[in-house]
Amino acid sequence: MMERPLTANIRPGEPPLDIDGYERAGGYRAVRKALTEMSPEDVLDVVRASGLRGRGGAGFPTGQKWSFMPRGDDAPAPRYLIANADEMEPGTFKDRLLLEGDPHLLIEGMIVSAYALGATIAYIFLRDEYRVAAERLKRAIGEAKERGWLGEHILGSPFGLELHLHMSAGRYICGEETALISALEGRRAIPRTKPPFPQLVGLWGKPTVVNNVETLCNVPHIVSFGADWFKGLSRTNDAGTKLYGVSGKVKRPGAWELPMGTTIRELLEELAGGMREGYRFRGLLPGGASTDFLVEEHLDAPMDFDSIQKLGSRLGTGTMIVLDDRTCPVAMVHNLEHFFAQESCGWCTPCRDGLPYVEHLLASIDEGSGQPHDLDLLEMHTRYLGPGRTFCAHAPGAMEPLQSALRYFRDDFERHIAERRCPYR
Amino acid sequence: MLTSEEIAEIEQELAHYDRKRAACIDALKIVQRRRGWVPDDALRAIAELLEMSVDELDGVATFYNLIYRRPVGRHVVHVCDSVSCWLMGTDAITERFRERYGVAPGETDADGRFTVLPIPCLGCCDRAPAMLVDGILHTDLTPDLLDEALERYR
Repeated sequence: MMERPLTANIRPGEPPLDIDGYERAGGYRAVRKALTEMSPEDVLDVVRASGLRGRGGAGFPTGQKWSFMPRGDDAPAPRYLIANADEMEPGTFKDRLLLEGDPHLLIEGMIVSAYALGATIAYIFLRDEYRVAAERLKRAIGEAKERGWLGEHILGSPFGLELHLHMSAGRYICGEETALISALEGRRAIPRTKPPFPQLVGLWGKPTVVNNVETLCNVPHIVSFGADWFKGLSRTNDAGTKLYGVSGKVKRPGAWELPMGTTIRELLEELAGGMREGYRFRGLLPGGASTDFLVEEHLDAPMDFDSIQKLGSRLGTGTMIVLDDRTCPVAMVHNLEHFFAQESCGWCTPCRDGLPYVEHLLASIDEGSGQPHDLDLLEMHTRYLGPGRTFCAHAPGAMEPLQSALRYFRDDFERHIAERRCPYR
Repeated sequence: MLTSEEIAEIEQELAHYDRKRAACIDALKIVQRRRGWVPDDALRAIAELLEMSVDELDGVATFYNLIYRRPVGRHVVHVCDSVSCWLMGTDAITERFRERYGVAPGETDADGRFTVLPIPCLGCCDRAPAMLVDGILHTDLTPDLLDEALERYR
């Protein structure tokens, strides 16, 4: 059995397996097993029992998400499954690896998941910048259709699935599942009120589940090898493996599939080879731009949802961004808040007006024209734009690196203001 | 006005969705692929074809980073300005564009060769800094490698 199920077929620098290669490597056996030996409820049960949590960043239990989908003959139809392949969280480059490296794995994951959900139409919502992934997915979808893995009556069963690739046009908020649904309907990608949750009222008002690419790619293996196997892959209570990544001034930036619960130190020092010559570690964002900074004292923490949460941050996408001692932390947070201000959809006032104001304050501190009370204003905004004050998680996510930077790099902020210049320039 | 080829291509996309308006991003891209950008007359024609109001469609078009509502140069360069690329030296790339090619982010150079636009994270943070030129990814850039890469785009 596989230790690294997500990347078993991926050879760096080589094209992905075509359908023959994929089938020879055991591909589509989960579809066969699900459709011939299991009921949709059986598939749901094994996914629930596996403890799989959403890999898009929120970590919500996948089985639980699926369980809210209406079932049975009188449930509204059609029902939809959407793969969220709009990977756009700054510092995140893990789904690209799966999309380019093993497109059939995602397709197989979607077929099995759609079977469990009673979904008959599925979309892959892909960001337009991922051109290589798009070409490979198109080819793989074509091959799967030709072999009868997609279309009506898969393996002669009553179950069929129509799968379309939707190419977006570039906007971070499309990764938020209700905004993604608005985008797919051809509207401005504005998030929607929850409840009703998409499982009840989703795409075109019909029941819809949106799952991240990495989440869906785990499903075929869980169906093939079972919940206990999946749990056994992890070193901690959070099941499975995880695609981790490290970027910044380290010796070997990259992405790797490892047991869930691999420590930050192992990733940073062993996999990424430690800091580059002449640079020292200052801190890191563990899972993309919208997670709180962690520092030296946290390096031995396991990278799983619960452990990172206990430290006041989030596992997020599991792809960490490293801050070195020669980069200005104020300028780094300024860069992050510029991104969040630009990508705010503009729907709710705290986010639309608050984020540009935060960016403006950081710009003036960064340039050396900050005032002492600017730090109080920034603190105030971390609360004012925090959870519960805005329509979706965009602004609260934006506040995570800011609030933790104000805590861990306070001296740097104060020096900028006292010396009226950036000490790093 | 839309050409008959454009209309035919848009109509193919309609089959993938339950409602006409859902094909609007595809339609905008079909026009942009042929014309480089989306002019007002094409926007109006798409709106009519998809039974949307012109304002609704423009609201969608202007929402996205990759739909151009103004003319662009022969080549469109998207330079990643998100955090990992910034850590690894995006500013030096932007500076080289300004210095050697006379084009700042958001601008097109004098002879219409390049339009340079910032773009959020391109998802290749382990090969930063990165940019897209006409949709093709270029990674591990330095100012000198930038010059080399741009040779191909005349």
